[in-house]
Amino acid sequence: MSTQQGFAGIGQSDRTAPTPLLPVSLENVCFGVNGADLLHDVSLTIGPGNRTVIMGPNGAGKSLLLRLMQGLISPTRGKLTWRRDWNSRQGTQGGTPGSATGGMPSGAPPVSIVLQRPVLLRRSVAANLTHALRVLRVPRAERAARLEELLTLGNLQDRRDQPARSLSGGEQQRLATVRALAASPEMLLLDEPTASLDPQATHAIEGLIQSSHERGTKIVMVTHDMGQAKRIADEVVFVSQGRIAEFTPAETFFTQPQSEEARAYLSGQLVI
Amino acid sequence: MQELQSAFWEAGRLLLTFDSDLTEIVFLSLRVTLSAVFIGCLIGFPFGAFLAVARFPGRTVIVVIVNAFMGLPPVVAGLFLYLLLSRSGPLGPLALLYTPTAMIIAQAVLVTPIVTAMTRQVVEDLYQEYDEQFRSMGLFGARAVPSLLWDARYSLITGALAGFGRAAAEVGAVLIVGGNINHVTRVMTTTIALETSRGNLSLALGLGLVLISLSLLINAAVMSLRGSAKRLAYV
Repeated sequence: MSTQQGFAGIGQSDRTAPTPLLPVSLENVCFGVNGADLLHDVSLTIGPGNRTVIMGPNGAGKSLLLRLMQGLISPTRGKLTWRRDWNSRQGTQGGTPGSATGGMPSGAPPVSIVLQRPVLLRRSVAANLTHALRVLRVPRAERAARLEELLTLGNLQDRRDQPARSLSGGEQQRLATVRALAASPEMLLLDEPTASLDPQATHAIEGLIQSSHERGTKIVMVTHDMGQAKRIADEVVFVSQGRIAEFTPAETFFTQPQSEEARAYLSGQLVI
Repeated sequence: MQELQSAFWEAGRLLLTFDSDLTEIVFLSLRVTLSAVFIGCLIGFPFGAFLAVARFPGRTVIVVIVNAFMGLPPVVAGLFLYLLLSRSGPLGPLALLYTPTAMIIAQAVLVTPIVTAMTRQVVEDLYQEYDEQFRSMGLFGARAVPSLLWDARYSLITGALAGFGRAAAEVGAVLIVGGNINHVTRVMTTTIALETSRGNLSLALGLGLVLISLSLLINAAVMSLRGSAKRLAYV
């Protein structure tokens, strides 16, 4: 991304938060709906830095893991612990005010999610981003500059006044991704962000993910795209039937998968 | 047949010459109804949105009551308001009975439940769609209401229009609290009722035509607005 130099204001490099957000630990986490467990006894610790890719068959519980970390759902049993406690209602507990978090107010959630099907507001591209900045309580005076940075980052300058819902699939996903970055998150969760995109649009999203990673944002992404996983992953969490089948460095995962399920999945067999 | 034909001609003449009685009645009707719709929206939009996003005990009861009040018979609303505003009633000292203000209040009582109920429905559907996204951004409950109302804006216009339709067409409530006093509280519907019973069909017909044209005009405007909203993918 050639635009990233001009985007230092939303970067993470100048973040000097006293307590790091990560690692986040899931201890024996179960999540069930109507008595049926969809996640069983998940124990997992995700640390800072590495790009974590979550893989696994449909319905394995990958999206649930992301939703748990975003705080959209709560574990039925078990515990989820952040090194620095936060909740989505109050933002960071004891977080640093204003400037220390790269201009972000302490009320902004430190974790941001790009949902599989992005929900864009019935407004223009620019209004979608302005809305996010307003919700995140970015001071009015800074919003215009931030808006330009985000539009540039998403390469959406020409689309600023276009209704967001009339954008192409790739542009919608770019908008959703830069909107998630508006919060200057310390951790960015992506749920199959390129599932229905063509290679060019996929490339653009991967560029955004890469530049966020380089600015220090922790990336956790769910994908079914093996090529994408190989391009992005530093480590892979393989989920099968609501359990963590394996959690290994990417190199190991793709060459010598440790679990039976992952071996079957990688060799193209059906894993149910 | 002859009589009917001449009534039509006379009605056309009244309309084309902007007959002073007719225009006075039309303008008072518009003033009363538009004010009532404005008040109804002022209350109904936020209240409906609140009902859509808030979860509290008794919410369902309130929703049921609001929905039921959509069908409140205008004469009953007029009667209750009459009891409140009559000289011996609790609001008697305000001396509002038989004034346009009383008529505005009466129609606002009829319009507000409609706007509220439609807003609740529209915003609740939208909230379901936006819920996860909003929560992930830290936007909860009441703080989400302005965003939801703005994104529902084109659908809300339809709700306001339904309110307008009800207020413009009703006769019972304004008749009871307004009294149909010549040059003071006569509106289109009450005049039509009175003039028809007096056999003065031409004025009644003229007003009827105005009333229908007004409805058509406003509906057409809203349809085209929604059409352009759809083109923009805002609906």
